[in-house]
Amino acid sequence: MNRINKVFEDKKNEKIMSLFITAGYPDVTETVDLVLGFERNGADIIELGIPFSDPLADGPTIQYSSNIAISKGITIQGIFNMVVDIRKESEIPVVLMGYINPMLRFGLENFFTTAAKAGVDGLIVPDLPLDEGGMIEELARKNGIQLIYLIAPNTSDDRMQLSDQKSDGFVYCVSVTGVTGAREGSEVQQSVDKFIQRSKANITKNPLMVGFGIKNFTDAQNISSEVEGFIVGSALIETIRNSYPSEHWKEVVFDFVHQLKFGYRNS
Amino acid sequence: MSVITKTTYSEPNQKGYFGAYGGKFVPETLIPALNELEKAYKEASEDPEFEKEYLYLLREYVGRPTELSFANRLTDHYGNAKIYLKREDLCHTGAHKINNAIGQILLALRMGKKRIIAETGAGQHGVATATACAKFGVECVVYMGEEDMVRQKLNVDRMRLMGAEVRGVSSGSKTLKDATNEAIRDWVTNVEDTFYIIGSVVGPHPYPMMVRNFHRIIGDETKRQLMEMEGRLPDYLIACVGGGSNAMGIFYPFINNDVHIIGIEAGGLGVDSGQTAATLTKGRPGVLHGSMSYLLHDQEGQIELAHSISAGLDYPGIGPEHAYLHDTNRVEYRAVTDAQALEAVSLLSRMEGVIPALETAHAFAWLEELMPTTSPDEIVVLNCSGRGDKDMETISKYL
Repeated sequence: MNRINKVFEDKKNEKIMSLFITAGYPDVTETVDLVLGFERNGADIIELGIPFSDPLADGPTIQYSSNIAISKGITIQGIFNMVVDIRKESEIPVVLMGYINPMLRFGLENFFTTAAKAGVDGLIVPDLPLDEGGMIEELARKNGIQLIYLIAPNTSDDRMQLSDQKSDGFVYCVSVTGVTGAREGSEVQQSVDKFIQRSKANITKNPLMVGFGIKNFTDAQNISSEVEGFIVGSALIETIRNSYPSEHWKEVVFDFVHQLKFGYRNS
Repeated sequence: MSVITKTTYSEPNQKGYFGAYGGKFVPETLIPALNELEKAYKEASEDPEFEKEYLYLLREYVGRPTELSFANRLTDHYGNAKIYLKREDLCHTGAHKINNAIGQILLALRMGKKRIIAETGAGQHGVATATACAKFGVECVVYMGEEDMVRQKLNVDRMRLMGAEVRGVSSGSKTLKDATNEAIRDWVTNVEDTFYIIGSVVGPHPYPMMVRNFHRIIGDETKRQLMEMEGRLPDYLIACVGGGSNAMGIFYPFINNDVHIIGIEAGGLGVDSGQTAATLTKGRPGVLHGSMSYLLHDQEGQIELAHSISAGLDYPGIGPEHAYLHDTNRVEYRAVTDAQALEAVSLLSRMEGVIPALETAHAFAWLEELMPTTSPDEIVVLNCSGRGDKDMETISKYL
């Protein structure tokens, strides 16, 4: 069974926490260690971001982390090598998340076969909606990489159903219309309830993971009360940004991760 | 010549593709907005009232039709084919961009959108959009790279004078590419009430098709005017290409005719200097700003910084229809350098009393290559897409 499906199968009684980290941020030498630490502190799924120079679905935080990673010389092959290293020590599901252009330049066929060999489980491409997904769906299926589509509050019922059909692993609910980034709690919660209800009615094959704007344990619990789990990215990267490279920066980051999942520090 | 001249050209297809180029590479949040836009545009383009109002504004407000001027001294200078200039520099606001801004704002109002956003490089599209918004009393936010705000200060002041809010963009290269990213992010966030007026034949479907169609009046007028003056079509058609809107506007009505069409890209310091904006000459296919086209990008697929003396051509991408016309060899694409463009500014100013925009000057610079190969019984038409007032500060440095 695919590692993503297995997590949802094994952890039916808890909220699944997926953490997004830009590969190569804050440095290419830190990514593997961060991922393993996230897992020790409660992460159930890792979304490894492939940095892109022009991330048009992302807010200032992920733009920043992407630029740092690119300036540190991150490459797609380097990211696959990171996954290989993670796989030496861990069976945590790894989902790559990135824009289509770097994948096209790497070569789609090569991208999928190398990803599968490295131990990648899933893929999210924010600028590849259902309408264009045809260019990778067959390659993903053939290589056992689960393709995860995003749905937004303004996605129609029909499109939600189609996203469910075309996705494997889970479907990603973008809680607000907007770019990635931490938001004030009330702003997220108020608009999201109706959307979650509609998503649940239309997404029947896959688990639902909700993301965009979650910054702490309370946000996470509130927003994911009706779905299988939640995704945090920008708030995690902000935490790294605020503590790196101070002496105990990793402890601060891992504490934050533990709090996100369990509501209390790991000590 | 290519197969296109033998059959009727009908690009793009239903999915917004010109051959392998185009499409809708955007976040899911924008798909409903693009679908709504596509539907509204289709209805509008079939509504005679919409066309009537658009043409009325182009006539009474923009000042169309623009002249097709015979460039007698320039013709004598080269001593071969007759040279005509399609005078888009005479449009209100000083460039062709206003044709599209008027078309899109009429569409926005028809769709009930209350807020307009736009991106701008040289500031010409920003000014055109600010102008249209002032004319209709609509809120207007223009994203502009901070680097470009310095290079094109005059246009920043013009936009602000007309009531637009100009938001400086400090990310990335601080130019048009980054202004476009920021405009798309704004649109994703405010998708319900906001209409994004894209300024070139770029972006996700239906923009490349729609912007082309709002500019095709340039080519339609040229055809009619030249038939009146010369009783025939031109042999050569030349325009500069950044994103490529003025070029698509004049090229499109001639696609099915036996006319040699040439698009001129900005070579910057030279196409092999690493400081260039010659996307078709040096780029490879990829996805940026919502569509598949040629791009300047490195081995990792990261977008490279373009360079051109002209802020309006300083863009690492190009409209998908140009990519298609390039691959099918229907249009010949060439590049000229910053220095060649500056020479052309000077030549056209002295010979014809027309100071062209730096963008436009790239098209004129190609005459040096083309004219010796022509004969006196041939006709060349150049799209004089904009006037050079906005560039005087840059041009002055080289005088």
